[in-house]
Amino acid sequence: MLEYLWIVPLLPLLGSAVNGLFGAKWPNKIVNSVAIGSTGLSFLFALEAVREFVDSGQVLFHKEFFTWIAAGNFRAGFDLQMDQLTVVMVLVVTGVGWLIHIYATGYMAHEVGYCRFFSYLNLFMFFMLILVLAANYVLLFVGWEGVGLSSYLLIGFYFLKKSASDAGKKAFIVNRIGDFGFMLGMFLLFRAFQTLDFQAIFTSSTLQGWPVELSGHLGTLTFACLLIFMGACGKSAQLPLYVWLPDAMEGPTPVSALIHAATMVTAGVYVVARSHILFAHAPTAMLVVAIVGCATAFFAATIGLVQTDIKKVLAYSTVSQLGYMFLACGVGAFSAGIFHLMTHAFFKALLFLAAGSVIHAMGGEQDVNRMGGLSKKIRWTYLTMLTATLAIAGFPPFAGFFSKDSILLSAFQSEYRGRNVGYALYGLGLATALLTAFYMFRLIFLTFHGKQRYDEHHVHVHESPNSMLAPLMILAVLSVVGGWFAAPVFLPGGTDYFAKFLQPVFGGLEAAGTEGEVHSLELWLAVIAFAIALGGAMFAHWLYLERPEKADGLVKSLKPAYTTLLNKYYVDEMYAAVVVKPLLWISTNVLWKAADVAGIDGAVNGIADGTTAIGDGVRHTQSGNTRSYAVWVVVGAVVVIAVIFFWPFGGKTVLGVVR
Amino acid sequence: MVPTNYYVILSAILFGLGVFAFIFKRNIITIFMSIELMLNAVNLAFVAFSQALGKLDGQVFVLFVIVVAAAEAAVGLGIIILIARNRQTLNVERVDLLKL
Repeated sequence: MLEYLWIVPLLPLLGSAVNGLFGAKWPNKIVNSVAIGSTGLSFLFALEAVREFVDSGQVLFHKEFFTWIAAGNFRAGFDLQMDQLTVVMVLVVTGVGWLIHIYATGYMAHEVGYCRFFSYLNLFMFFMLILVLAANYVLLFVGWEGVGLSSYLLIGFYFLKKSASDAGKKAFIVNRIGDFGFMLGMFLLFRAFQTLDFQAIFTSSTLQGWPVELSGHLGTLTFACLLIFMGACGKSAQLPLYVWLPDAMEGPTPVSALIHAATMVTAGVYVVARSHILFAHAPTAMLVVAIVGCATAFFAATIGLVQTDIKKVLAYSTVSQLGYMFLACGVGAFSAGIFHLMTHAFFKALLFLAAGSVIHAMGGEQDVNRMGGLSKKIRWTYLTMLTATLAIAGFPPFAGFFSKDSILLSAFQSEYRGRNVGYALYGLGLATALLTAFYMFRLIFLTFHGKQRYDEHHVHVHESPNSMLAPLMILAVLSVVGGWFAAPVFLPGGTDYFAKFLQPVFGGLEAAGTEGEVHSLELWLAVIAFAIALGGAMFAHWLYLERPEKADGLVKSLKPAYTTLLNKYYVDEMYAAVVVKPLLWISTNVLWKAADVAGIDGAVNGIADGTTAIGDGVRHTQSGNTRSYAVWVVVGAVVVIAVIFFWPFGGKTVLGVVR
Repeated sequence: MVPTNYYVILSAILFGLGVFAFIFKRNIITIFMSIELMLNAVNLAFVAFSQALGKLDGQVFVLFVIVVAAAEAAVGLGIIILIARNRQTLNVERVDLLKL
């Protein structure tokens, strides 16, 4: 199967084309089987290819299928590759993607545009698989832009709704800013290496040693890495380009789960991890990645504290967790970042799908203030969502505990000109863990516990169909066991099997050794992290279940802070004032009114008006009076003769007549 | 022998009279005659130069001009008769259908 790796991305593309072209008149069942069938087959093919790859024991599988661009000494081909990092990504994308497809058949059953939805969703799968399988930056960029396109289409799925189509545009435009950086980064890399193939770039460095001018604090590599990270910031919603992700919740919930939680938004992390060799040679860029990731994690978590829309809370939580992943990459723990990427894909997809199930049960209600006491009525949704919450909050033995723990450990141990930076990153990461536990349990308590705050006569709460519950349960199991690869770390002499699996990719860059002192440190940090998570959850319990009146009091006493958080630090307003308004002003007054209306239209209309005016003046010579024509004939003859005989500027011929 | 410049001066005078009449006369037949006058003034110049230079080219041209003038007279007079019939006038000032 490995030789036919191209089948894996091709199947969803076929599904997309079939549903998009012919699906409109088909009943939902056929559309379902095409969509689920193509992604499911793709998942099976991927599994088989992975099995073959792992069995063969090779470090890297690389195959050139055809040349796409050839110009001079530049070649960009449709080349796919598979290594351990790709294995993780491909399985997460196809596996979680397939589950979400199944869920969506239940969730979207009554929607208009059913086949359009699945066509877009399959198209997304195609581009995402291209992104993770690509063997060069150019092909990766194709997938990168393609998932952006699918994301735009799916956010604006309800395109008749103004807010949805606006959110789609916002996502697309904000991503353009990042992509601009990404392209510049690619150009810089090409200038430095004369190629954009991953292997050619990565091995050229290790084999021949870095040219001095490439490394260093402000070398080409630092800039290239920072520019690529700018692209990652856009795609993975990091400061300052995160603003599109919360708005992207306008899309249908399965889209939020698949694209804006589990897969697409992690593309930035994947790119940074894929380019880890470059980043390892650019310590300044690494530090920037770590700081931006950590700051985003904390910043987004604080906003998540006060949001009341169930999906908005999860959106800010996603931004925050992506920050964790970048923090891991920034401190050099790439495998920890990818580990968190994987566990996050499980539990965050589950959270979104469960939230979708809640919304489904409540007949479209998304405000947690109008829910409450749902735990008995939708028991399975409640249990699965609770599992995911325990996982994201970092309770052992759920998946999030292990991945988050290894990130915090790496941050704690990291060294950049002394240990203080590492301690600061660790402290902020720990604070974020506290906030995470608090806002997630706040969400659970407000939604499922406490008094019922909705009108039972209007809302008929009902559990979701099996097609929606089955993926929830599978993901719930994964959210528990997904982290156990790393569990043996806590046993004496145990190994982190996930990191070991990724060893061939990230190699010697990772800090080695989990013995002795490090082992006890690890245990202590884990205990601290667990205590913090427990504290956050208990505080949420106290504030929202035991003493609900205290919550209002707290809001009143912290009024300015509360309103600031509720308005998301006024970042959108600030961007509107600093970027959008001036741009609109320039577009309206300079480009539209000055350049277009006055300049271009003015020139065109001016020529027309001028011609009319000249004609209007000249027509008076056409008097219709025969004698005046006679005069003109004579005048013309005189002028011609005068020119021929008295031409003052030398030269031998005038009007073709030899003088 | 009469010097060539006399002929040329006479030709210029005749041509000038022709132009003058062409512009200022109102009667269409007079205008027509002034055109003939100009043509013949040019003929005179052609013949004079032909004799002065000892070449026959000028005289050949004159024959052409006479033929063209005859054809022009035939067409022109036909037009004039039509105008006279349709508008009962020979005054060019009143033949102004093209006027805006």
